[in-house]
Amino acid sequence: MTLLQIDRLSMDVGRLPILRAVSLGVDAGRILGVIGESGSGKSMTALSVMQLLPDGARCSGRISLAGQEVLTLSEPALCKMRGRDVGMVFQEPMTALNPLQTIGAQVAETIRIHERVTRAEALRRAAEALRRAELPQDRFPMSRYPHELSGGQRQRVVIAMAIALRPRLLIADEPTTALDVTTQAEILKLLKRLVVEDGMACMLISHDLAVVADMADDIVIMRSGEVVESGPVDRLLSQMRHPYSKALLAASSHVPNRLAQPREASLLSVQGVVRDYATPRSGFWGRVGTFRAVNDVSFEIRRGESLGLVGESGCGKSTLTRAILGLEEVQAGTIELNGQPVFSGHRPNRDVRRHMQVVFQDPYGSFNPRHRVDRLVSEPFHLLDEPPKGTARADAVAQALESVGLAADDGRKFIHEFSGGQRQRIAIARALIIRPELIILDEAVSALDVQVRAQILDLLADLGDRLGLTYLFISHDLSVVRSITDRVLVMQDGRIVEHGVTQEVFDVPGHAYTQQLVAAAPRLTVEPERTNDDDARP
Amino acid sequence: MLRAGLTMMAQGRSLVPGGALTLLFAGAAVLSLFWTPYEITSLDIANKIKAPTLAHPLGTDHFGRDILSMIMVGARTSIAVALVAVGIGMGVGVPLGLAAAARKGSLLDEVIMRGNDLVFAFPSLLIAIMITAVFGASAVNAIIAIGIFNIPVFARLTRSGALSLWTQDYVLAARVAGKGAARISAEHILPNVTNLLIVQGTIQFSLGILAEAGLSYVGLGAQPPTPSWGRMLADSQTMISLAPHMAIFPGMAILLTVLGLNLMGDGLRDLLDPRLRRTGR
Repeated sequence: MTLLQIDRLSMDVGRLPILRAVSLGVDAGRILGVIGESGSGKSMTALSVMQLLPDGARCSGRISLAGQEVLTLSEPALCKMRGRDVGMVFQEPMTALNPLQTIGAQVAETIRIHERVTRAEALRRAAEALRRAELPQDRFPMSRYPHELSGGQRQRVVIAMAIALRPRLLIADEPTTALDVTTQAEILKLLKRLVVEDGMACMLISHDLAVVADMADDIVIMRSGEVVESGPVDRLLSQMRHPYSKALLAASSHVPNRLAQPREASLLSVQGVVRDYATPRSGFWGRVGTFRAVNDVSFEIRRGESLGLVGESGCGKSTLTRAILGLEEVQAGTIELNGQPVFSGHRPNRDVRRHMQVVFQDPYGSFNPRHRVDRLVSEPFHLLDEPPKGTARADAVAQALESVGLAADDGRKFIHEFSGGQRQRIAIARALIIRPELIILDEAVSALDVQVRAQILDLLADLGDRLGLTYLFISHDLSVVRSITDRVLVMQDGRIVEHGVTQEVFDVPGHAYTQQLVAAAPRLTVEPERTNDDDARP
Repeated sequence: MLRAGLTMMAQGRSLVPGGALTLLFAGAAVLSLFWTPYEITSLDIANKIKAPTLAHPLGTDHFGRDILSMIMVGARTSIAVALVAVGIGMGVGVPLGLAAAARKGSLLDEVIMRGNDLVFAFPSLLIAIMITAVFGASAVNAIIAIGIFNIPVFARLTRSGALSLWTQDYVLAARVAGKGAARISAEHILPNVTNLLIVQGTIQFSLGILAEAGLSYVGLGAQPPTPSWGRMLADSQTMISLAPHMAIFPGMAILLTVLGLNLMGDGLRDLLDPRLRRTGR
């Protein structure tokens, strides 16, 4: 018998329809992957199982969980169900934990809410839950606070909280999206093991088709509040019927068409760069320590080339980016663009800076919400000695917006009127406006939905061809790096451990760390049927 | 009516009722420059301590002065003192806070913030009493005393708000565009801390009114015959059981002004944030 059965579930918030006739089911011991882009209603479906809905939400249809009709339960009955019958793992392990409580206390709290047990008993069971989430007591005592743990370890605490009472259903909402590839692989393995051991049903929500394809037994694909296709993983991936599913699959493995060939001339040269940070004193009389974030890094980027830089969080990618952009001075080594240093006489060199720009990851944090788009886009004009004024400035803004596929009128709008993908286009327009030679893309497509990501990658490839741009593409996502770069650098603990032609490095990784990265990256094993490129992109 | 007002506030539309209350008292203050129902210096001992009548809508005090006229003129004192005090606090505190945040961890930051701590460490009323003891009791000295104690409030608030903004990507983008700390502070940091400043500004404004009332109450604010809400309260104290209207009306004036300002602050903050503006979408 199916543990969770949702039948024709519809939900409205106010007059806005969120879900329309969603039907899905999951058996004990099986994993159901729910896939969709942002706004597709996948999280809302999961929240409606727990009845944790926004104000003014009304549900119709049926949700039956282990024989109970969830929609008819009273609020006290729902409180009993949440946490005991249904456990939930959230995307952001930092915000899902209370920073002021120890991890033991937080796991024990879940137990004490639902069962009348003594504090000691609750703590004993919390220790057991943490052990099962692979945080053994001898290495991770329960007196630790969340900030003393890494992102992956925090996510294990969240998982321990979710499974402490051995729920029948585990809902994991993008559980690995905020994590590095190798950590992601470990967390997914842990989830899979727990599902099998406890005979839980699991609803795994993700935007990443590759993650779900690896993990799930069945898949549901959602779009704008509706289920467009569902079925067992193997069958669904090999014989997709719905055009949207096909488009999604095509976008996941999309490779943009790049024509430009890198020329021999070197554009950026980084030689023996070292960047140290001061660490806090150990105690009042202690010494200021140093932490070497970037350690003897050397590489070159040729004109028209697209170079990838791969590494996990904390490996020094961002520090290196800042050093290249001339935002921080390095302790040793040289960084030169066109043979000129980015930092000269302890000051950033404006002549060099105006030849490079950057696009950041977060399409929401990259813009001052109080300025209009034209002002945001024209900000880099500050680097020019004689910035264009009046109509020349307006023309330049319009041209930049049009070159990234937006309308010139969009300049009068505020940034909150745009979607994530549009914002990233605006960020690219801002980078393009002073016609730089080098654009640094710092995880520029990581926060985007797959189809939008494919469009942005196409745009970048097209701009690169038309304007002869050189890209430094920083990412933790190997599939994206593989699709858009010519050469790649692999960075670990501040050092470049491997470099070479992208295809070769990823197909035959030489360094142990690269092998680990490549092995951990989730991959779509099923080759999609070759679809027409035109209907793949809406 | 009350219900409708409460619903409006719950929905974040507090600008209208708040603005109306504020306008009422600001209007009364402006009007008192040209006209009041009675001269506030004219004593009418025959009609002292009269409950509200048609001739004196809010009654008269123990010298037979018209309370409505005194509240109108008192509004002038209270609002002027609070406004200038908040102006001093913002004018000095906000630039200090911005500078401290822009150079976080530097000597400048330490000097500014420890200076703030120093001012914070003194009980404000004691300093106000000290200032008036040295320079004499007057409204101007009260303004200076209250204003000085507003400085660290705004400096701290601005610094903490600015610190989180300095980590935003758009600030990094501005640095990539070659902008310096002063320019980034003015273009990117200040506009995004204004919502904090507006809310804190209205709170400090109402605290300023209360502080002025407090100083006047102990006789260190505006000197007679200049009326002030605080001194009106102080004068009424001994006669509170005999003539409650003498305490109620100035008290209501303080309460309603403070309420109106706070509501208006909330409404202004929402209005000035482009993200909350209705865009037709």
